[in-house]
Amino acid sequence: MLNIENLHASIGDTEILKGLSLQINAGEIHAIMGPNGAGKSTLGYVLGGRPGYEATEGSATFDGQDLLDMDPHERAAAGLFLGFQYPVEIPGVSNVQFLREAVNAQRTARGEATLSGGEFLKAAREKAALLKMDMDMMKRAVNVGFSGGEKKRNEMVQMGLIDPKLAILDETDSGLDIDALRTVGAGINTIMRKPDKAVLLITHYQRLLELVEPDFVHVLANGRIVKTGGPELALQLENEGYEAIAEVA
Amino acid sequence: MNALTLPTRRDESWRYSDLQSVERVWADLDPAQTLHVPANSHERLRVDALPESGILRYDVTVEANARFDLHCLLMDRDYGRVEIAVKLGDGAHFELGGAILAKGSQVLEIVTDVEHVEPNGTSNQTVRSVLADKSTGSFLGKIGVARDAQRTDAAQSVKSMLLDRGATANAVPQLEIFADDVKCAHGATVGELDRQALFYMATRGLPPEVARGLMLQAFIADAFIGIDDDAAREALEGKARDVLENLR
Repeated sequence: MLNIENLHASIGDTEILKGLSLQINAGEIHAIMGPNGAGKSTLGYVLGGRPGYEATEGSATFDGQDLLDMDPHERAAAGLFLGFQYPVEIPGVSNVQFLREAVNAQRTARGEATLSGGEFLKAAREKAALLKMDMDMMKRAVNVGFSGGEKKRNEMVQMGLIDPKLAILDETDSGLDIDALRTVGAGINTIMRKPDKAVLLITHYQRLLELVEPDFVHVLANGRIVKTGGPELALQLENEGYEAIAEVA
Repeated sequence: MNALTLPTRRDESWRYSDLQSVERVWADLDPAQTLHVPANSHERLRVDALPESGILRYDVTVEANARFDLHCLLMDRDYGRVEIAVKLGDGAHFELGGAILAKGSQVLEIVTDVEHVEPNGTSNQTVRSVLADKSTGSFLGKIGVARDAQRTDAAQSVKSMLLDRGATANAVPQLEIFADDVKCAHGATVGELDRQALFYMATRGLPPEVARGLMLQAFIADAFIGIDDDAAREALEGKARDVLENLR
């Protein structure tokens, strides 16, 4: 589904990713862990197409298409979802309006029929209930005045409505209390653990991985994947720290 | 026939105007319309198009405990100006919601002169401008509080969004306060569309022009939020939306 080869990426003159390769197949859940500054968020942003994050070498293909050649909204319509570490506030634009426009823009881009107001609201109610989010919050401006945990939950509601093929979730677990973490974990499993979908979890901690068990765990250090293993690698990292593992590699 | 002398740049309230355009229409300009809002009543005025001259002027007296609302949308003119002088009686309220949408080399401006003459008066002015190309959008807002006008509460919020580097926003609050028990709040910002938000919206599948449109509509909506008639508010918002779509 996603094939990254020897990816180099820079912000301005600073090279952050230095030859990263990673393959994600349908039905798989991958976790990327690593110390601060390793390039985890940069990887998410480069794949999402954030302006200022420039791929300088290597390739990233998504279902056979050159991902790096597409605009951010085209990547979304192709089935890529980027969950933000810090979801952005959009004053004056309601969650419902925003998501309906987004879902319908994607459907139009794929040549599918758009959802009517009623159809969309029904789906929104369903996903909000799954993530235990109040429908009142769906009517409020996007993320404005939401707590950190509510913003993360809202990201998952958005993911549920958009129903992507591949979700890259950047520290979706940070800022969540234990109950919210459980809800979000269950949400990821319900929405994304399917044979035709895949997830890339970017995280610092083991605890989300207890709820959403990855098939592969990768350690990212200094802009490269230095070690790959199964779920046991996450446990080993938690116990021994990044330094020991990164050095072995 | 306009008996007054042609304004110059030295006149504070014409500082940012397109004086060549003013000169062309000045001789035939209608005098300011005089409006009188009787005590305890509520009058509303909505302006969604400017006359041929581009200039609209009002002179309004709001009697005790009465209320006057002006909501205006300025666009589609090389030069456009809405100018209003308001005198507020005891406990009277003046509400202004103004939106300026300009492109090309258009010069659009809202000029207010609110006199709190008696005590307990309130005024609230909200102006939102979206300025493209080399256009100019200005708000000049004078608030006067007379010595006897205690417990006046006056507020101004002026925000401008520049879509291009050549665009200009002017925001000039001017307060003349002679009473001591008074609240006068004023705030002005000039900014650009939030790039972070635009990227966020793109990652959800919104094409750039749709994302920009949603953000600009939300920005402008502040100016019309006080319109109590839903249909009228939606009509103004719809007009604004049509113009916003063509600003870029």
